[in-house]
Amino acid sequence: MAKKLHDTPNLDELEKGPWPSFVTGLKRLAQDNDMAVDLLGQLETSYQTKKGYWKGGTVGVFGYGGGIIPRFTELKDEKGEPIYKDAAEFHTLRVQPPPGMHYNTDVLRKMADIWERHGSGLIAFHGQSGDIMFQGATTDNVQGAFDEINELGFDLGGAGPAVRTSMSCVGAARCEQSCYDEAKAHRMVLNTFVDDIHRPSLPYKFKFKFSGCPNDCMNSIQRADMAVIGTWRDNIRTDEALAKKWFAKHGMNELVNDVVARCPTKAFQLKEIKDVKKGEHVSSVAVSDTHAVEIDNHDCVRCMHCINVMTGALSPGKDKGATVLVGGKRTLKIGDLMGTVVVPFMKLETDEDMEQLVDLGQRIIDFFAENALEHERTGEMIERIGLVNFLDAMGIDVDPNMVASPRMNPYVRTDGWDEEVAKIKAKQQAA
Amino acid sequence: MAQTQLRRPVESGVPDNKQFMHPTLLKNYGNWKYHDRPRPGVLHHVAHGGDEVWSVRAGTQRQMDIHTIRKLCDIADRFAEGHVRFTIRSNIEFMVSDETKVAPLIAELEANGFPVGGTGNSVSMIAHTQGWLHCDIPGTDASGVVKSLMDDLIDEFRQEDMPNRVHLSTSCCEINCGGQADIAIIVQHTKPPKINHDLVANVCERPAVVARCPVAAIRPALVNGKPSLEVDEAKCVCCGACYPPCPPMQINDPEYSKIAIWVGGKNSNARAKPTFMKMVASGLPNNPPRWTEVGEVVKKILYTYKADARPWERLSDWVERIGWPRFFEKTELPFTKYLVDDWRGSRANLNASTHIRF
Repeated sequence: MAKKLHDTPNLDELEKGPWPSFVTGLKRLAQDNDMAVDLLGQLETSYQTKKGYWKGGTVGVFGYGGGIIPRFTELKDEKGEPIYKDAAEFHTLRVQPPPGMHYNTDVLRKMADIWERHGSGLIAFHGQSGDIMFQGATTDNVQGAFDEINELGFDLGGAGPAVRTSMSCVGAARCEQSCYDEAKAHRMVLNTFVDDIHRPSLPYKFKFKFSGCPNDCMNSIQRADMAVIGTWRDNIRTDEALAKKWFAKHGMNELVNDVVARCPTKAFQLKEIKDVKKGEHVSSVAVSDTHAVEIDNHDCVRCMHCINVMTGALSPGKDKGATVLVGGKRTLKIGDLMGTVVVPFMKLETDEDMEQLVDLGQRIIDFFAENALEHERTGEMIERIGLVNFLDAMGIDVDPNMVASPRMNPYVRTDGWDEEVAKIKAKQQAA
Repeated sequence: MAQTQLRRPVESGVPDNKQFMHPTLLKNYGNWKYHDRPRPGVLHHVAHGGDEVWSVRAGTQRQMDIHTIRKLCDIADRFAEGHVRFTIRSNIEFMVSDETKVAPLIAELEANGFPVGGTGNSVSMIAHTQGWLHCDIPGTDASGVVKSLMDDLIDEFRQEDMPNRVHLSTSCCEINCGGQADIAIIVQHTKPPKINHDLVANVCERPAVVARCPVAAIRPALVNGKPSLEVDEAKCVCCGACYPPCPPMQINDPEYSKIAIWVGGKNSNARAKPTFMKMVASGLPNNPPRWTEVGEVVKKILYTYKADARPWERLSDWVERIGWPRFFEKTELPFTKYLVDDWRGSRANLNASTHIRF
């Protein structure tokens, strides 16, 4: 039995309604956990005053410099004593999830048991960077909780100016659009940088994210310093039985308005079967006895729309790999930046391919560590120095796939033009 | 003095997911052919070899107590072969290899208060942040805003009646940890920070704070004989970037920290290239416990989109077709001068054409 609940008229309102209520969950914890009782007290105060009452600090585990998010209450009485003393320390352990966030019930029950012994009993699946967040431990209990979580085979995630916890989509485990082994790439890359995860010493945070196809379910292009997004080089594959099944269900209007008209590069056409083009770069499949779709794969930008709508009838090609984009981030300080293409395509099939990806990550992080200003993300660094200087340092040749358009102003000194042309020609001849 | 022997960490990093994976997923890893959705909330995947798996998706409160976790485990053990996974939007998925298990599993989830849905063209769970529950710089709560809105949108979660999928997010400050979304709810401060000059010198690394400001509005100053910082309030854009490195520069205000609504963010490459979201409303009150005014605007935008967009148009695709003037007309939101971009690169957001819809 825990101590008596505080009155929480505001939070009580959040027990009403059909969506699962975190307040009901906290109250259940508060039946036998004083920390949950006082957490509810402090949260209710925030709801009444519209103010937050947590401050950071320095709490960690032996051997690591990061991964714990310290929280101390600032809600004190006139003598400086915490008003809600059992939640006066309410630290979070950030713990890295398995790729694709797969669990069995045995490991989830063990996590719950650990957190019942050492913490508040509140766990978030998952935080915005992908961490399992064990929320609410006293300073004294952090080490014991971590030791048990670590013995279970899990490790702390990143915090502060460090390589951060990563996420990968369900991918190859259950998705036909998967273009590489996301989980393998996720583990190989991240586990190369455990030191940079646990001991924050970079200019600022660095995030990797792994999405298996251009649907980018991990939202990597807008958030990751290095986004690895699956794609393919050869033709879209087709399945006539499933194409006919789709058409029988959806009909001509949907095929024309929802698929043909929505192809961003007009590579997707509807034709009478007798008019379908044959060719090395053409995919085609009959949808009825009279009509077929024809895709010019040279013009296709691998946007995924037709594949998403006609799943099974159409699917990504066989020559798969990934595009790597660098520099995505949200607002602060210079404004939102999308990741931009640095490697248009790389194969990710063999261990050697994967090692190339790890090596690219290593070189980008090394360059970032050396050249970024304090609190500057990779996207801001590249904006400051220019993409070409960044590519030079990475030893990557420029490629028109990296730009939305060529330069739109004449403010550049071009007296090295002839040498550059000669280099390109020499490379073409050597290839 | 007795020394406690501290345990050295095992730097194991990312754990192998294969030890936790459903056996049908493991067996057919990298070998799936296609999927369909027999009903909202259920994905049916078929492998090249003919194996099938049904995944039932349910909403959770994300911030879960251990009793909820154990309840979900009980359901997984009794109805779903003991394996689960979570989506990026904190939905839980139960995989079963036998179609006859799907209906009883759904019934059990619904009976225990976990709504089944979030697939296809639905409104999925709101990606969100920590808020007053755990953040050190929050302007508002996160879980409460999400709970309130999902209570109202639960039917849209359970159905697949939207033109395309709809992703929502909330964020308790302008750092926007909730992320880009079709519709996003984000704190927007409207007054410069209030500085406690007694504390600045001891708490803040002043040059670092000066460097954080995106508009160079902060400068070192001697205030009441103490080294402190001052803000040029005419330059200040009230972003709150100075507050995390310098907590005595309090940016949060119970009255003047407002809430803004942003629309049209999309990370998928499907159809148009990925887009960033745009601010379309601001000045909404931060009004716990149910944030009614915010919910009204979100629902107005959402249901205008639902009624007006064509099949497969994401919110950004819909606006691209109808244009911004009609967006504001249809949603009845005021287009104020504050929505005209003046940050770097802003001329790209002006209409450099005579393309005008009358």
